[in-house]
Amino acid sequence: MILDIWTGILLASIAVYSWKLIGFLVPSSVLNRPVVSRSAALLTVALLSALLGIQGFTADSQFVLDARMPALAVGAVLLWMRAPFIVMVAAAAATAAIIRLIVG
Amino acid sequence: MAKSAVLSTSIGVGLATGLYGVSFGALSVSAGLDVWQTQVLSLLMFSGGSQFAFIGIIAASGMGSVAVGAAVVSAWLLGIRNGFYAVRMAPILERVGLQKILPALLTIDESTAVATAQSDKRDQRKGFWFTGLAVFVFWNLATLLGAFLGDAIGDPATWGLDAAAAAAFLGLIWPRLKEGQSLAVAALSMVVAVILTPSLPAGVPVLVAGAVAILFGTFNWLAVKDK
Repeated sequence: MILDIWTGILLASIAVYSWKLIGFLVPSSVLNRPVVSRSAALLTVALLSALLGIQGFTADSQFVLDARMPALAVGAVLLWMRAPFIVMVAAAAATAAIIRLIVG
Repeated sequence: MAKSAVLSTSIGVGLATGLYGVSFGALSVSAGLDVWQTQVLSLLMFSGGSQFAFIGIIAASGMGSVAVGAAVVSAWLLGIRNGFYAVRMAPILERVGLQKILPALLTIDESTAVATAQSDKRDQRKGFWFTGLAVFVFWNLATLLGAFLGDAIGDPATWGLDAAAAAAFLGLIWPRLKEGQSLAVAALSMVVAVILTPSLPAGVPVLVAGAVAILFGTFNWLAVKDK
């Protein structure tokens, strides 16, 4: 089966929307069980963390440590200082860009 | 809360959210999507975490069928929390039948947070609608701006946009790390995904990490007590 990018975008959009609609349609007793809500919360954390790992520490499917690591450290410090999301992201980008400019 | 207070909260939240829509737009284009594809994600998917996940997998893994499939499944699974928000909003909004279609689209972190922070039902409804619409408008305008910026700047790594993408995920995870269980799942998921990346098809390690979370959730390992 060929799954092209446009099909993927539309499928994913429908899939994400489906949760929202399901929440309005099903009785709350189904989704409000502790095991369901706990698993859903952990699922969110796990997927985002996996994406952080891949985006931060791999390149071409290999483990790589480069300018992204200090950039993430700067981001973490700013988050800890309660900086706004956009400030933190911009600072991380600037950190990596400056390191690459210097190191080449 | 007076009408103007709810409205100004909503617009403030919309503007703040819109700001990071710029980073989404720029990162999406640097991941290889075009401006239209980027814009359709913000218009139809309209859920930041899922959108960042979708373009993150495309950026790391390309546009082959397996990568696109993993991107779809990851975006879908990350959207699950919106279902829980919808459960909370349904009794407040009291919509029937087809009237549920639009509020479902606007059911996101921000609209639910502002709505549920109000004390009476009238303000809760206003909070939901004002915030949902404000975020929708600003998020989409910002996406467009970011996409054009991303298009204009050339090699994304020179500007640290790859680091920005990683930082965006860090920022999305941060507020969810409340106790030992979520911290353990976060650390384990990250390690599992990185270790499996060389040996599994692109995108699949993210789904394996998701399975780890379901195990922790089901058996409540390292757990806090059920309420």
